[in-house]
Amino acid sequence: MIELAYWQETILKLVFAFVAVLIPAGLTVNLYLFKMVSFMQSRLGPMEAGPFGSLQLVAEVGKWAQKEDIVPRRADEFVYKASPYVVLLSTFLLVLVVPFGPDAMFANFGTGIFFAMAVSSVSVIGILMAGWASASKYSLLGGLRAAGQLIAYELPLVLAVVGVVIQAGSLNLQDIVMAQHNGEIFGWGAIGNPFILTQFVGFMIFLIAVQAELTQTPFDMPIAESELVSGYMTEYSGFRFLLFFIGEFATANIFAFLGATLFLGGWSIPPFLMDIIPGLAPELDATGAVLSEGGNSAAGMSPWFNLIGPLVMLVKMLALTFIVYWVRFTYPRFREDQLQKFAWKVLIPISLVNIAVTGVLKVVF
Amino acid sequence: MMNLVLQTALSDTGNWIANIFFYIIAAVAVVAALKMVTTNNVVHASLYLLVVLSAVAATYVILGAEFAAATQVLVYLGAIMVLLLFGVMLTRAKIGAETDLDYDQRWIGALVATALGAVMMYSLWEGFGDVTMPAEQVPQRTEAVADEIFSTYIVPFEALSVLLLAALIGAVVVARRD
Repeated sequence: MIELAYWQETILKLVFAFVAVLIPAGLTVNLYLFKMVSFMQSRLGPMEAGPFGSLQLVAEVGKWAQKEDIVPRRADEFVYKASPYVVLLSTFLLVLVVPFGPDAMFANFGTGIFFAMAVSSVSVIGILMAGWASASKYSLLGGLRAAGQLIAYELPLVLAVVGVVIQAGSLNLQDIVMAQHNGEIFGWGAIGNPFILTQFVGFMIFLIAVQAELTQTPFDMPIAESELVSGYMTEYSGFRFLLFFIGEFATANIFAFLGATLFLGGWSIPPFLMDIIPGLAPELDATGAVLSEGGNSAAGMSPWFNLIGPLVMLVKMLALTFIVYWVRFTYPRFREDQLQKFAWKVLIPISLVNIAVTGVLKVVF
Repeated sequence: MMNLVLQTALSDTGNWIANIFFYIIAAVAVVAALKMVTTNNVVHASLYLLVVLSAVAATYVILGAEFAAATQVLVYLGAIMVLLLFGVMLTRAKIGAETDLDYDQRWIGALVATALGAVMMYSLWEGFGDVTMPAEQVPQRTEAVADEIFSTYIVPFEALSVLLLAALIGAVVVARRD
Protein backbone atom coordinates (compact mmCIF):
# COMPACT_ATOMS: atom_id res chain seq x y z
CA MET A 1 0.00 0.00 0.00
CA ILE A 2 1.17 3.51 -0.77
CA GLU A 3 1.00 5.76 2.29
CA LEU A 4 0.10 9.37 1.51
CA ALA A 5 0.16 12.36 3.81
CA TYR A 6 -3.23 13.93 4.54
CA TRP A 7 -2.57 16.95 2.29
CA GLN A 8 -1.34 14.79 -0.59
CA GLU A 9 -4.47 12.67 -0.31
CA THR A 10 -6.63 15.80 -0.23
CA ILE A 11 -5.06 17.21 -3.40
CA LEU A 12 -5.49 13.87 -5.19
CA LYS A 13 -9.11 13.70 -4.04
CA LEU A 14 -9.76 17.24 -5.35
CA VAL A 15 -8.33 16.31 -8.77
CA PHE A 16 -10.33 13.08 -8.88
CA ALA A 17 -13.51 14.92 -7.83
CA PHE A 18 -13.16 17.19 -10.87
CA VAL A 19 -12.47 14.13 -13.07
CA ALA A 20 -15.45 12.23 -11.65
CA VAL A 21 -17.79 15.18 -12.20
CA LEU A 22 -16.61 16.65 -15.51
CA ILE A 23 -15.49 13.65 -17.62
CA PRO A 24 -18.76 11.67 -17.36
CA ALA A 25 -20.74 14.89 -17.94
CA GLY A 26 -18.80 15.66 -21.13
CA LEU A 27 -19.05 12.04 -22.27
CA THR A 28 -22.82 11.73 -21.82
CA VAL A 29 -23.58 15.15 -23.30
CA ASN A 30 -21.55 14.30 -26.42
CA LEU A 31 -22.76 10.73 -26.72
CA TYR A 32 -26.42 11.12 -25.79
CA LEU A 33 -27.49 14.76 -26.01
CA PHE A 34 -25.67 15.45 -29.29
CA LYS A 35 -25.50 12.14 -31.15
CA MET A 36 -28.05 9.63 -29.86
CA VAL A 37 -30.87 12.15 -29.86
CA SER A 38 -29.97 13.17 -33.39
CA PHE A 39 -30.21 9.57 -34.57
CA MET A 40 -33.56 9.20 -32.78
CA GLN A 41 -34.77 12.21 -34.78
CA SER A 42 -33.34 10.95 -38.12
CA ARG A 43 -30.56 13.52 -38.39
CA LEU A 44 -26.79 13.40 -38.10
CA GLY A 45 -26.14 15.86 -35.28
CA PRO A 46 -22.80 17.69 -35.04
CA MET A 47 -20.37 16.43 -37.71
CA GLU A 48 -17.78 19.20 -38.21
CA ALA A 49 -15.68 19.41 -35.01
CA GLY A 50 -13.44 16.34 -34.80
CA PRO A 51 -14.20 12.83 -36.09
CA PHE A 52 -18.02 12.37 -36.21
CA GLY A 53 -18.39 15.62 -34.27
CA SER A 54 -16.82 14.16 -31.12
CA LEU A 55 -15.08 17.44 -30.24
CA GLN A 56 -18.30 19.47 -30.51
CA LEU A 57 -18.45 19.98 -26.74
CA VAL A 58 -14.92 21.46 -26.67
CA ALA A 59 -16.04 23.94 -29.31
CA GLU A 60 -19.20 24.76 -27.30
CA VAL A 61 -17.27 25.33 -24.08
CA GLY A 62 -14.85 27.59 -25.97
CA LYS A 63 -17.82 29.55 -27.32
CA TRP A 64 -19.43 29.98 -23.88
CA ALA A 65 -16.17 30.89 -22.17
CA GLN A 66 -15.57 33.86 -24.46
CA LYS A 67 -19.10 35.27 -24.30
CA GLU A 68 -19.75 38.38 -22.25
CA ASP A 69 -20.91 37.82 -18.67
CA ILE A 70 -24.05 39.99 -18.64
CA VAL A 71 -25.76 41.10 -15.41
CA PRO A 72 -29.19 42.74 -15.89
CA ARG A 73 -29.18 46.36 -14.66
CA ARG A 74 -31.85 45.88 -11.96
CA ALA A 75 -30.54 42.50 -10.83
CA ASP A 76 -29.16 41.83 -7.36
CA GLU A 77 -25.58 41.47 -8.51
CA PHE A 78 -24.00 39.38 -5.75
CA VAL A 79 -26.82 36.86 -5.44
CA TYR A 80 -27.12 36.70 -9.24
CA LYS A 81 -23.42 35.89 -9.61
CA ALA A 82 -23.25 33.46 -6.69
CA SER A 83 -26.22 31.25 -7.58
CA PRO A 84 -24.55 29.03 -10.28
CA TYR A 85 -21.85 28.15 -7.75
CA VAL A 86 -24.46 27.06 -5.18
CA VAL A 87 -25.94 24.70 -7.78
CA LEU A 88 -22.48 23.36 -8.62
CA LEU A 89 -21.62 23.02 -4.91
CA SER A 90 -24.45 20.53 -4.45
CA THR A 91 -23.14 18.53 -7.46
CA PHE A 92 -19.64 18.28 -5.99
CA LEU A 93 -20.96 17.42 -2.51
CA LEU A 94 -23.02 14.61 -4.05
CA VAL A 95 -20.04 12.90 -5.68
CA LEU A 96 -18.23 12.70 -2.32
CA VAL A 97 -20.13 9.67 -1.07
CA VAL A 98 -20.15 7.56 -4.25
CA PRO A 99 -17.85 4.50 -3.88
CA PHE A 100 -15.86 3.59 -7.01
CA GLY A 101 -13.90 0.69 -5.48
CA PRO A 102 -12.94 -0.92 -2.17
CA ASP A 103 -10.74 2.06 -1.28
CA ALA A 104 -11.54 4.38 -4.19
CA MET A 105 -14.01 6.73 -2.57
CA PHE A 106 -13.80 10.34 -1.51
CA ALA A 107 -15.30 9.96 1.97
CA ASN A 108 -16.64 6.84 3.65
CA PHE A 109 -19.52 8.50 5.49
CA GLY A 110 -21.51 6.32 7.88
CA THR A 111 -24.63 8.20 6.77
CA GLY A 112 -23.75 7.76 3.04
CA ILE A 113 -27.00 7.85 1.11
CA PHE A 114 -28.73 10.07 3.69
CA PHE A 115 -25.96 12.65 3.25
CA ALA A 116 -26.40 12.42 -0.54
CA MET A 117 -30.16 13.02 -0.29
CA ALA A 118 -29.52 15.98 2.03
CA VAL A 119 -26.96 17.79 -0.15
CA SER A 120 -28.91 17.15 -3.35
CA SER A 121 -31.57 19.49 -1.98
CA VAL A 122 -29.09 22.38 -1.73
CA SER A 123 -29.31 22.96 -5.50
CA VAL A 124 -32.91 24.22 -5.05
CA ILE A 125 -31.54 27.16 -3.09
CA GLY A 126 -29.22 28.08 -5.97
CA ILE A 127 -32.14 27.88 -8.41
CA LEU A 128 -34.35 30.08 -6.20
CA MET A 129 -31.49 32.59 -5.84
CA ALA A 130 -31.06 32.69 -9.62
CA GLY A 131 -34.77 33.12 -10.19
CA TRP A 132 -35.15 35.96 -7.72
CA ALA A 133 -31.92 37.87 -8.40
CA SER A 134 -32.45 38.05 -12.16
CA ALA A 135 -35.19 40.71 -11.72
CA SER A 136 -37.25 39.09 -14.44
CA LYS A 137 -40.79 37.69 -14.30
CA TYR A 138 -39.86 34.64 -16.33
CA SER A 139 -36.89 33.84 -14.11
CA LEU A 140 -38.89 34.26 -10.89
CA LEU A 141 -41.73 32.06 -12.16
CA GLY A 142 -39.22 29.45 -13.28
CA GLY A 143 -37.44 29.52 -9.94
CA LEU A 144 -40.70 29.16 -7.98
CA ARG A 145 -41.88 26.31 -10.19
CA ALA A 146 -38.50 24.61 -9.76
CA ALA A 147 -38.69 24.93 -5.97
CA GLY A 148 -42.23 23.52 -5.83
CA GLN A 149 -41.29 20.62 -8.08
CA LEU A 150 -38.01 19.76 -6.37
CA ILE A 151 -39.60 19.73 -2.91
CA ALA A 152 -42.41 17.51 -4.18
CA TYR A 153 -40.08 14.97 -5.81
CA GLU A 154 -37.47 15.01 -3.05
CA LEU A 155 -39.90 12.95 -0.93
CA PRO A 156 -40.43 9.99 -3.32
CA LEU A 157 -36.68 10.03 -4.00
CA VAL A 158 -35.82 9.64 -0.31
CA LEU A 159 -38.67 7.17 0.31
CA ALA A 160 -37.63 5.01 -2.68
CA VAL A 161 -34.13 4.74 -1.26
CA VAL A 162 -35.45 3.70 2.18
CA GLY A 163 -36.47 0.29 0.77
CA VAL A 164 -32.86 -0.38 -0.27
CA VAL A 165 -31.58 0.84 3.10
CA ILE A 166 -33.93 -1.53 4.95
CA GLN A 167 -32.80 -4.46 2.81
CA ALA A 168 -29.08 -3.70 3.11
CA GLY A 169 -29.37 -2.79 6.80
CA SER A 170 -27.09 0.23 6.41
CA LEU A 171 -27.01 3.81 5.15
CA ASN A 172 -23.37 3.48 4.11
CA LEU A 173 -23.04 3.08 0.34
CA GLN A 174 -20.06 0.73 0.61
CA ASP A 175 -22.16 -1.51 2.88
CA ILE A 176 -25.00 -1.38 0.35
CA VAL A 177 -22.62 -2.50 -2.45
CA MET A 178 -21.31 -5.35 -0.29
CA ALA A 179 -24.83 -6.38 0.79
CA GLN A 180 -25.64 -6.86 -2.90
CA HIS A 181 -22.37 -8.71 -3.50
CA ASN A 182 -22.78 -11.06 -0.52
CA GLY A 183 -26.50 -11.51 -1.13
CA GLU A 184 -28.06 -14.68 -2.43
CA ILE A 185 -31.25 -15.33 -4.37
CA PHE A 186 -32.79 -18.30 -2.53
CA GLY A 187 -29.34 -19.74 -1.85
CA TRP A 188 -28.02 -19.07 -5.38
CA GLY A 189 -25.19 -16.52 -5.09
CA ALA A 190 -23.66 -16.52 -8.58
CA ILE A 191 -24.79 -12.98 -9.38
CA GLY A 192 -25.17 -11.78 -5.79
CA ASN A 193 -28.47 -10.03 -5.18
CA PRO A 194 -28.66 -6.72 -7.06
CA PHE A 195 -31.47 -4.77 -5.42
CA ILE A 196 -33.07 -3.98 -8.78
CA LEU A 197 -34.60 -7.48 -8.54
CA THR A 198 -36.13 -7.14 -5.07
CA GLN A 199 -36.63 -3.36 -5.09
CA PHE A 200 -37.92 -2.95 -8.63
CA VAL A 201 -40.73 -0.64 -7.48
CA GLY A 202 -38.19 1.48 -5.60
CA PHE A 203 -35.97 1.53 -8.68
CA MET A 204 -38.76 2.83 -10.92
CA ILE A 205 -39.75 5.52 -8.37
CA PHE A 206 -36.08 6.47 -8.02
CA LEU A 207 -35.70 6.90 -11.81
CA ILE A 208 -38.90 8.98 -12.11
CA ALA A 209 -37.99 11.17 -9.12
CA VAL A 210 -34.45 11.68 -10.44
CA GLN A 211 -35.87 12.75 -13.81
CA ALA A 212 -37.99 15.33 -11.97
CA GLU A 213 -35.15 16.43 -9.64
CA LEU A 214 -33.01 17.13 -12.72
CA THR A 215 -35.91 19.10 -14.32
CA GLN A 216 -35.51 16.98 -17.46
CA THR A 217 -38.49 16.59 -19.81
CA PRO A 218 -41.26 15.44 -19.10
CA PHE A 219 -40.75 17.33 -15.82
CA ASP A 220 -39.30 20.54 -17.29
CA MET A 221 -42.02 23.01 -16.27
CA PRO A 222 -39.40 25.23 -14.55
CA ILE A 223 -37.63 25.90 -17.85
CA ALA A 224 -40.58 25.41 -20.18
CA GLU A 225 -39.23 27.24 -23.22
CA SER A 226 -42.63 27.85 -24.85
CA GLU A 227 -43.88 29.93 -21.89
CA LEU A 228 -40.91 30.94 -19.70
CA VAL A 229 -38.11 31.45 -22.30
CA SER A 230 -35.65 29.41 -20.22
CA GLY A 231 -36.97 29.74 -16.65
CA TYR A 232 -34.46 30.66 -13.98
CA MET A 233 -31.61 30.55 -16.54
CA THR A 234 -33.18 33.14 -18.84
CA GLU A 235 -30.90 36.06 -17.98
CA TYR A 236 -27.65 34.11 -17.69
CA SER A 237 -25.02 34.16 -20.40
CA GLY A 238 -21.51 32.94 -21.05
CA PHE A 239 -19.60 31.23 -18.28
CA ARG A 240 -22.37 31.32 -15.68
CA PHE A 241 -24.82 29.68 -18.08
CA LEU A 242 -22.14 27.04 -18.68
CA LEU A 243 -21.97 26.42 -14.92
CA PHE A 244 -25.75 25.81 -14.79
CA PHE A 245 -25.39 23.52 -17.81
CA ILE A 246 -22.58 21.53 -16.15
CA GLY A 247 -24.53 21.41 -12.89
CA GLU A 248 -27.58 19.98 -14.66
CA PHE A 249 -25.83 17.27 -16.67
CA ALA A 250 -23.14 16.36 -14.13
CA THR A 251 -25.87 15.91 -11.50
CA ALA A 252 -27.66 13.57 -13.91
CA ASN A 253 -24.52 11.42 -14.04
CA ILE A 254 -23.99 11.43 -10.30
CA PHE A 255 -27.59 10.40 -9.67
CA ALA A 256 -26.96 7.61 -12.20
CA PHE A 257 -23.84 6.65 -10.20
CA LEU A 258 -25.97 6.58 -7.04
CA GLY A 259 -28.66 4.54 -8.81
CA ALA A 260 -26.00 2.07 -10.00
CA THR A 261 -24.67 1.79 -6.45
CA LEU A 262 -28.09 1.32 -4.88
CA PHE A 263 -29.76 -0.98 -7.38
CA LEU A 264 -27.21 -2.47 -9.81
CA GLY A 265 -24.50 -3.67 -7.41
CA GLY A 266 -22.18 -0.64 -7.64
CA TRP A 267 -18.54 -1.15 -8.57
CA SER A 268 -18.52 -4.89 -7.93
CA ILE A 269 -18.98 -7.50 -10.67
CA PRO A 270 -21.07 -10.69 -10.29
CA PRO A 271 -19.33 -13.05 -7.82
CA PHE A 272 -19.10 -15.97 -10.29
CA LEU A 273 -16.90 -13.82 -12.57
CA MET A 274 -14.54 -13.21 -9.64
CA ASP A 275 -14.07 -16.94 -9.25
CA ILE A 276 -13.29 -17.39 -12.97
CA ILE A 277 -10.90 -14.45 -13.47
CA PRO A 278 -7.56 -15.10 -11.68
CA GLY A 279 -6.45 -12.57 -9.06
CA LEU A 280 -9.92 -11.18 -8.33
CA ALA A 281 -11.04 -13.67 -5.71
CA PRO A 282 -11.98 -11.81 -2.50
CA GLU A 283 -10.55 -12.58 0.92
CA LEU A 284 -13.29 -14.21 3.00
CA ASP A 285 -13.87 -14.23 6.75
CA ALA A 286 -15.05 -17.18 8.86
CA THR A 287 -18.70 -16.89 7.82
CA GLY A 288 -17.93 -16.88 4.09
CA ALA A 289 -18.76 -13.21 3.56
CA VAL A 290 -16.17 -10.74 2.26
CA LEU A 291 -13.73 -9.65 4.96
CA SER A 292 -14.49 -6.27 6.50
CA GLU A 293 -12.01 -4.19 8.40
CA GLY A 294 -12.01 -0.86 10.21
CA GLY A 295 -15.43 0.39 9.08
CA ASN A 296 -14.77 -0.53 5.43
CA SER A 297 -16.93 -3.54 4.64
CA ALA A 298 -15.14 -4.08 1.29
CA ALA A 299 -11.62 -4.43 2.74
CA GLY A 300 -11.40 -8.07 1.63
CA MET A 301 -12.02 -7.30 -2.05
CA SER A 302 -9.12 -7.51 -4.49
CA PRO A 303 -7.26 -4.15 -4.77
CA TRP A 304 -7.62 -4.47 -8.55
CA PHE A 305 -11.18 -3.27 -8.06
CA ASN A 306 -9.85 0.22 -7.38
CA LEU A 307 -9.05 0.25 -11.13
CA ILE A 308 -11.85 -1.97 -12.45
CA GLY A 309 -14.50 -0.42 -10.20
CA PRO A 310 -14.58 3.03 -11.84
CA LEU A 311 -14.93 1.40 -15.27
CA VAL A 312 -17.75 -0.86 -14.06
CA MET A 313 -19.44 2.21 -12.56
CA LEU A 314 -18.98 4.08 -15.84
CA VAL A 315 -20.73 1.30 -17.80
CA LYS A 316 -23.61 1.12 -15.30
CA MET A 317 -23.85 4.92 -15.21
CA LEU A 318 -24.06 5.06 -19.04
CA ALA A 319 -26.87 2.50 -18.97
CA LEU A 320 -28.90 4.55 -16.47
CA THR A 321 -28.17 7.90 -18.12
CA PHE A 322 -29.33 6.37 -21.41
CA ILE A 323 -32.76 5.90 -19.82
CA VAL A 324 -32.79 9.52 -18.61
CA TYR A 325 -32.12 10.89 -22.11
CA TRP A 326 -34.38 8.33 -23.78
CA VAL A 327 -37.32 9.44 -21.65
CA ARG A 328 -36.33 13.08 -22.04
CA PHE A 329 -36.70 12.96 -25.80
CA THR A 330 -39.72 10.65 -25.91
CA TYR A 331 -42.41 12.11 -23.64
CA PRO A 332 -44.21 15.46 -23.79
CA ARG A 333 -44.19 17.87 -20.84
CA PHE A 334 -46.41 17.44 -17.77
CA ARG A 335 -48.77 20.28 -16.88
CA GLU A 336 -47.96 21.90 -13.50
CA ASP A 337 -51.01 20.46 -11.66
CA GLN A 338 -50.51 16.98 -13.19
CA LEU A 339 -46.89 17.12 -12.13
CA GLN A 340 -47.73 17.92 -8.50
CA LYS A 341 -50.59 15.38 -8.38
CA PHE A 342 -48.31 12.67 -9.76
CA ALA A 343 -45.78 13.21 -6.97
CA TRP A 344 -48.18 13.54 -4.03
CA LYS A 345 -50.99 11.18 -5.04
CA VAL A 346 -49.15 8.44 -6.94
CA LEU A 347 -45.42 8.23 -6.20
CA ILE A 348 -45.47 8.95 -2.44
CA PRO A 349 -48.28 6.47 -1.57
CA ILE A 350 -46.63 3.75 -3.69
CA SER A 351 -43.25 4.31 -2.07
CA LEU A 352 -44.81 4.23 1.43
CA VAL A 353 -46.44 0.89 0.60
CA ASN A 354 -43.08 -0.29 -0.75
CA ILE A 355 -41.39 0.62 2.53
CA ALA A 356 -44.06 -1.19 4.58
CA VAL A 357 -43.87 -4.34 2.43
CA THR A 358 -40.05 -4.32 2.47
CA GLY A 359 -40.05 -3.93 6.24
CA VAL A 360 -42.45 -6.84 6.72
CA LEU A 361 -40.53 -9.10 4.33
CA LYS A 362 -37.21 -8.18 5.96
CA VAL A 363 -38.56 -9.36 9.32
CA VAL A 364 -40.16 -12.50 7.85
CA PHE A 365 -37.05 -13.71 5.92
CA MET B 1 7.43 26.37 5.19
CA MET B 2 3.75 25.74 4.64
CA ASN B 3 4.49 22.05 4.30
CA LEU B 4 6.27 22.04 7.64
CA VAL B 5 3.38 23.77 9.40
CA LEU B 6 0.90 21.27 8.02
CA GLN B 7 3.02 18.30 8.97
CA THR B 8 3.54 19.42 12.55
CA ALA B 9 -0.18 20.01 12.76
CA LEU B 10 -0.89 16.49 11.53
CA SER B 11 1.80 14.71 13.51
CA ASP B 12 0.04 16.14 16.53
CA THR B 13 -3.57 14.96 16.74
CA GLY B 14 -6.21 16.24 14.37
CA ASN B 15 -7.54 18.53 17.09
CA TRP B 16 -5.28 21.43 16.10
CA ILE B 17 -6.81 21.65 12.62
CA ALA B 18 -10.29 20.95 13.94
CA ASN B 19 -9.90 23.92 16.33
CA ILE B 20 -8.89 26.28 13.51
CA PHE B 21 -11.82 25.17 11.37
CA PHE B 22 -14.17 25.52 14.33
CA TYR B 23 -13.14 29.15 14.89
CA ILE B 24 -13.46 29.95 11.17
CA ILE B 25 -16.93 28.40 11.02
CA ALA B 26 -17.99 30.07 14.28
CA ALA B 27 -16.83 33.46 12.97
CA VAL B 28 -18.78 32.95 9.74
CA ALA B 29 -21.89 32.00 11.73
CA VAL B 30 -21.68 35.03 14.05
CA VAL B 31 -21.05 37.51 11.23
CA ALA B 32 -23.87 36.05 9.14
CA ALA B 33 -26.23 36.16 12.14
CA LEU B 34 -25.44 39.84 12.72
CA LYS B 35 -25.84 40.65 9.02
CA MET B 36 -29.16 38.81 9.02
CA VAL B 37 -30.74 41.19 11.51
CA THR B 38 -29.09 44.35 10.13
CA THR B 39 -29.60 43.87 6.38
CA ASN B 40 -32.37 45.90 4.74
CA ASN B 41 -33.59 43.28 2.30
CA VAL B 42 -35.84 40.37 3.27
CA VAL B 43 -34.36 37.89 0.79
CA HIS B 44 -30.82 38.79 1.86
CA ALA B 45 -31.85 38.20 5.47
CA SER B 46 -33.10 34.71 4.64
CA LEU B 47 -29.92 33.96 2.68
CA TYR B 48 -27.82 35.03 5.69
CA LEU B 49 -29.95 32.77 7.88
CA LEU B 50 -29.09 29.99 5.44
CA VAL B 51 -25.39 30.65 5.97
CA VAL B 52 -25.88 30.47 9.76
CA LEU B 53 -27.71 27.13 9.49
CA SER B 54 -25.02 25.69 7.17
CA ALA B 55 -22.34 26.79 9.64
CA VAL B 56 -24.20 24.94 12.40
CA ALA B 57 -24.22 21.82 10.19
CA ALA B 58 -20.46 22.25 9.66
CA THR B 59 -19.84 22.37 13.44
CA TYR B 60 -21.81 19.12 13.79
CA VAL B 61 -19.41 17.55 11.28
CA ILE B 62 -16.42 18.76 13.30
CA LEU B 63 -17.96 17.19 16.42
CA GLY B 64 -18.26 13.88 14.56
CA ALA B 65 -22.07 13.94 14.54
CA GLU B 66 -22.61 13.04 10.89
CA PHE B 67 -26.26 12.09 11.22
CA ALA B 68 -27.17 15.37 12.93
CA ALA B 69 -25.27 17.31 10.24
CA ALA B 70 -27.05 15.54 7.39
CA THR B 71 -30.41 16.00 9.12
CA GLN B 72 -29.66 19.70 9.62
CA VAL B 73 -28.94 20.08 5.89
CA LEU B 74 -31.94 18.01 4.78
CA VAL B 75 -34.49 19.61 7.11
CA TYR B 76 -33.32 23.21 7.58
CA LEU B 77 -31.57 23.96 4.28
CA GLY B 78 -33.45 21.62 1.98
CA ALA B 79 -36.97 22.08 3.32
CA ILE B 80 -37.53 24.93 5.80
CA MET B 81 -35.27 27.50 4.13
CA VAL B 82 -36.56 26.61 0.67
CA LEU B 83 -40.15 27.08 1.89
CA LEU B 84 -39.18 30.36 3.58
CA LEU B 85 -37.49 31.68 0.42
CA PHE B 86 -40.46 30.43 -1.60
CA GLY B 87 -42.87 32.35 0.62
CA VAL B 88 -40.78 35.52 0.71
CA MET B 89 -40.28 35.53 -3.05
CA LEU B 90 -43.99 34.95 -3.73
CA THR B 91 -45.10 37.82 -1.49
CA ARG B 92 -42.52 40.60 -1.07
CA ALA B 93 -39.59 39.88 -3.34
CA LYS B 94 -38.30 43.42 -3.83
CA ILE B 95 -34.75 43.79 -5.09
CA GLY B 96 -32.75 46.52 -3.37
CA ALA B 97 -32.99 48.21 0.03
CA GLU B 98 -36.30 48.52 1.87
CA THR B 99 -37.03 51.26 4.38
CA ASP B 100 -39.88 49.81 6.45
CA LEU B 101 -37.96 46.87 7.90
CA ASP B 102 -36.82 48.69 11.03
CA TYR B 103 -38.81 48.43 14.25
CA ASP B 104 -39.03 50.76 17.28
CA GLN B 105 -38.68 48.00 19.85
CA ARG B 106 -35.38 46.68 18.51
CA TRP B 107 -33.53 47.57 21.72
CA ILE B 108 -35.91 45.47 23.81
CA GLY B 109 -35.46 42.69 21.29
CA ALA B 110 -31.67 42.94 21.57
CA LEU B 111 -31.96 42.85 25.37
CA VAL B 112 -34.13 39.72 25.33
CA ALA B 113 -31.80 38.04 22.83
CA THR B 114 -28.73 38.81 24.95
CA ALA B 115 -30.41 37.54 28.11
CA LEU B 116 -31.50 34.35 26.35
CA GLY B 117 -27.98 33.84 24.94
CA ALA B 118 -26.46 34.38 28.38
CA VAL B 119 -28.79 31.82 30.00
CA MET B 120 -28.02 29.22 27.32
CA MET B 121 -24.27 29.87 27.50
CA TYR B 122 -24.30 29.63 31.30
CA SER B 123 -26.22 26.35 31.33
CA LEU B 124 -23.91 24.85 28.65
CA TRP B 125 -20.86 26.02 30.59
CA GLU B 126 -22.21 24.61 33.84
CA GLY B 127 -23.13 21.29 32.25
CA PHE B 128 -20.23 20.64 29.90
CA GLY B 129 -17.57 23.22 30.84
CA ASP B 130 -14.96 20.64 31.86
CA VAL B 131 -15.64 18.08 29.10
CA THR B 132 -12.78 17.78 26.60
CA MET B 133 -12.93 16.24 23.15
CA PRO B 134 -11.20 12.85 22.79
CA ALA B 135 -7.83 13.14 21.00
CA GLU B 136 -8.85 10.52 18.44
CA GLN B 137 -12.16 11.75 17.05
CA VAL B 138 -14.47 8.87 16.10
CA PRO B 139 -17.60 9.69 14.08
CA GLN B 140 -20.81 8.79 15.86
CA ARG B 141 -22.49 5.70 14.44
CA THR B 142 -25.99 6.16 13.04
CA GLU B 143 -27.05 2.88 14.68
CA ALA B 144 -26.09 4.33 18.07
CA VAL B 145 -28.31 7.38 17.43
CA ALA B 146 -31.20 5.13 16.43
CA ASP B 147 -30.74 2.93 19.52
CA GLU B 148 -30.80 5.97 21.80
CA ILE B 149 -33.88 7.47 20.15
CA PHE B 150 -35.87 4.23 20.24
CA SER B 151 -34.94 3.23 23.80
CA THR B 152 -33.86 6.03 26.15
CA TYR B 153 -35.68 8.88 24.41
CA ILE B 154 -38.71 6.99 23.07
CA VAL B 155 -41.29 9.01 25.02
CA PRO B 156 -40.07 12.50 24.02
CA PHE B 157 -39.62 11.23 20.45
CA GLU B 158 -43.20 9.97 20.21
CA ALA B 159 -44.53 13.10 21.93
CA LEU B 160 -42.73 15.24 19.33
CA SER B 161 -44.18 13.12 16.51
CA VAL B 162 -47.72 13.65 17.83
CA LEU B 163 -47.03 17.39 18.28
CA LEU B 164 -45.83 17.69 14.68
CA LEU B 165 -48.84 15.73 13.44
CA ALA B 166 -51.17 18.07 15.35
CA ALA B 167 -49.38 21.09 13.86
CA LEU B 168 -49.71 19.57 10.39
CA ILE B 169 -53.44 18.93 10.76
CA GLY B 170 -53.84 22.44 12.22
CA ALA B 171 -52.10 23.95 9.21
CA VAL B 172 -54.38 22.05 6.82
CA VAL B 173 -57.47 23.19 8.73
CA VAL B 174 -56.33 26.83 8.69
CA ALA B 175 -55.43 26.74 5.00
CA ARG B 176 -58.63 25.09 3.77
CA ARG B 177 -61.10 27.52 2.26
CA ASP B 178 -64.34 25.51 2.38
